[in-house]
Amino acid sequence: MQMPDPDAVLIGRKADIVSKLERLLPADAVISDIAETRAYECDALTAYRCPPLAVVLPGSTEEVAAVLRLCHAEGVPVVPRGAGTSLAGGALPTADSVILGVARMTEVLETDYNNRVIRVETGRTNLSVTGAVEEDGFFYAPDPSSQLACAIAGNIAMNSGGAHCLKYGVTTNNLLGVTMVTMDGTVLELGGAHLDAAGYDLLGLVCGSEGQLGIVTEATLRILPKPEGARPVLMGFSSNEVAGACVSDIIKAGVLPVAIEFMDRPCIRACEAFAKAGYPDCEALLIVEVEGSDAEIDHQLGLIKQIARGHDPVELREAADADEAGRIWLGRKSAFGAMGQINDYICLDGTIPVSELPRVLTRIGSLAAEYGLEVANVFHAGDGNMHPLILFNANTPGELEKAEGLGADILRLCVEVGGCLTGEHGVGVEKRDLMADQYAPADLEAQMAVKDVFDPAWLLNPAKVFPLQVSEARRTARLAAE
Amino acid sequence: MRPTSEEELSALVAEASGPLVIRGGGTRGIGRPVTGEVLETGALTGIALYEPGALTLVAKAGTPVAEIEAALSAEGQRLAFEPIDCRGLLGREGTPTIGGVVAANASGPRRIQAGACRDHMLGVRFVDGTGAVVKNGGRVMKNVTGYDLVKLMAGSHGTLGVLTEVALKVLPAPEMSATLSFAGLSTERAVAAMSAALGSPFEVTGAAHLPDGSDGTAETLLRIEGFDDSVAYRAERLRALLEAFGTARIDRHEGREAGPWAAVRDVAAFHDAPGDVWRISVKPSDAPAIARAADAEGLVFDWGGGLIWARVPAGTDLRARIGPFAGHATLMRGDEATRAALPVFQPEPAPVAALSDGLRQRFDPRGVLNPGLMA
Repeated sequence: MQMPDPDAVLIGRKADIVSKLERLLPADAVISDIAETRAYECDALTAYRCPPLAVVLPGSTEEVAAVLRLCHAEGVPVVPRGAGTSLAGGALPTADSVILGVARMTEVLETDYNNRVIRVETGRTNLSVTGAVEEDGFFYAPDPSSQLACAIAGNIAMNSGGAHCLKYGVTTNNLLGVTMVTMDGTVLELGGAHLDAAGYDLLGLVCGSEGQLGIVTEATLRILPKPEGARPVLMGFSSNEVAGACVSDIIKAGVLPVAIEFMDRPCIRACEAFAKAGYPDCEALLIVEVEGSDAEIDHQLGLIKQIARGHDPVELREAADADEAGRIWLGRKSAFGAMGQINDYICLDGTIPVSELPRVLTRIGSLAAEYGLEVANVFHAGDGNMHPLILFNANTPGELEKAEGLGADILRLCVEVGGCLTGEHGVGVEKRDLMADQYAPADLEAQMAVKDVFDPAWLLNPAKVFPLQVSEARRTARLAAE
Repeated sequence: MRPTSEEELSALVAEASGPLVIRGGGTRGIGRPVTGEVLETGALTGIALYEPGALTLVAKAGTPVAEIEAALSAEGQRLAFEPIDCRGLLGREGTPTIGGVVAANASGPRRIQAGACRDHMLGVRFVDGTGAVVKNGGRVMKNVTGYDLVKLMAGSHGTLGVLTEVALKVLPAPEMSATLSFAGLSTERAVAAMSAALGSPFEVTGAAHLPDGSDGTAETLLRIEGFDDSVAYRAERLRALLEAFGTARIDRHEGREAGPWAAVRDVAAFHDAPGDVWRISVKPSDAPAIARAADAEGLVFDWGGGLIWARVPAGTDLRARIGPFAGHATLMRGDEATRAALPVFQPEPAPVAALSDGLRQRFDPRGVLNPGLMA
């Protein structure tokens, strides 16, 4: 993975740029010491690192606007950062860029139960949004697995999902309004506590734009009343095909579970060894969770179990109490930790049409064999969002590159069967160079035209999302003009 | 012009020398009047793919909504966002198309629970103002690959591109629905009752208030949907929760019957009544005050109060009456003179308007796609 060469002129002007930033912000909000900027050299895609020119941690929308105005005038690229949990390198700096982190903006600005909305500063973590309203019986639905740490700003930039989106949707479906600052320092309000856009759906456009259109400083989020209860059922099957058919039959029967999670044999084994959740030894495992009152849950699980029995399950276990429910989820929730203990891994995020599941799993198996690497599969089966985990040893020279090669082939396979490169993690730098596999030149041109409108100089998070050679003319136009 | 393929449509747009009026079934007619050659998508029809087990449907833009609903119904599924049929309200003939629904981001009473049309859109293909064919999104449920132009196209009324194909998420149709109705509530009390219902865990999928009811008495309606027993249970719990607002009558309807909700969705109360019709999106708790300021001859509240339909004398500048407010008002029904004189869509603050103009210039640099319709 390549990043553009940093602008040596900007690097040479570091002292000048830092002193100008220091005039705009409190002393402790500008970090320029090389030892300290190193803390911002990467996000959760740790294979790629580069300390930025400087880091700023503004405390208000006005301070964000002041920083952007300055960087715009000085031609300094800005890389927005939430909590730095991106798995796609969305917050990876370049040596000539300023990191603008919203981590100090964490306030709840308004909680409004009558209208079922909350307004927060976007440095606030995902889980603490729910934390602010759960005592009153409400929650914020999108629940990415990093929810303890990840910030709403990053959730909006990446349009994050989670395990429960089959029923509740992803970030874009739960975001009602934002305060946003564009690269030239203009402060905009999009949406609000009311529904839908007055004109073009700019809010929908901004959500998932990976910090390339503006920096979102405040967000109005939809909150929902907590369901009366929830309960999972675990089912084991003798093949991936049968488990896939069972998922399809559940959906066709009109039941809409809040989550349908799928694990294949390598994943089941690793999780079982790690978490001892009591999973059966089988080829494929489903965890299906439904919500409602006890009677409603009984009814829905009754239907689901009846469908599952038609597929000859090797195990069918319903949680009798909270403790058993916890154990059913334990293995799934420790999947990534379990993998991390065995090996280094790359976590992919492609989405496929649910009907292609068995075929794709078979092809992943043969691709993995060709590369001589092991792949464990765990994913949100209801919506086709796969998370193949490619296991490798980072200490073996060449193995990271080999794993990346396999990852790219698996993502191309997702596209080939009618799916996409990324379901919830974002493109960032990780999948940037595969974009041309999913989109034709005219498709990418239309997307880049949007950035031209919001950020004509291409200063905001410029080397992400679009293949470098595709965006090159736009990114370098500014330098050529100087 | 009525192209029969995307290629033909693309060539027609590329060769256009003047303004084009983009039309699906011609049943909506929303926006500032546009004069130009009519370009219809009605010949681009057909369901390209329907996988009930994946909750996914892909159709050409000119496919009649009725054809899609029939295909879904055969599998016990539906378009959960409940798109409005505008014909009665606007006094129009024609066949509503799925492309028209998407271009208008048309969403009905279930929008409060299931989301808007835009929330159910998985992918689009469209022809931009230069004739280039663009695709965005896809046919899968979760997709964050690149910018979300799917949302941008929803509600852009054919001013950024001509839709040729849309991919939609569909959902199971329920076995049963129940409607709780309260009689005689004031608007304030009705909004309070609807807020309490929507803040409960009983999954209310419709919350409307009809101040004139069916016989002159105000009617407040709440809808619950799902499996039979579950609907019965939640309807009773909700009735108990809302006891302070009176004793609700409960009417049950089998899965496919819309009950009173088709009339709410299509604003049937205004079909045979004169005047202009405005659609106002607000924070629900602001609804009573804004409705008072509108001083309308007829009102219908949907979305728990968050959507106000107001019927006023022809030519009324409703925005001037209600003054500045948080939300937006759209003139849905009005004669050409009124639609030429008043901004049909809510005027945007300058920095937002600059972005909208910029997008229009990028996607339609020659200004041939419904020019001025949303301006």
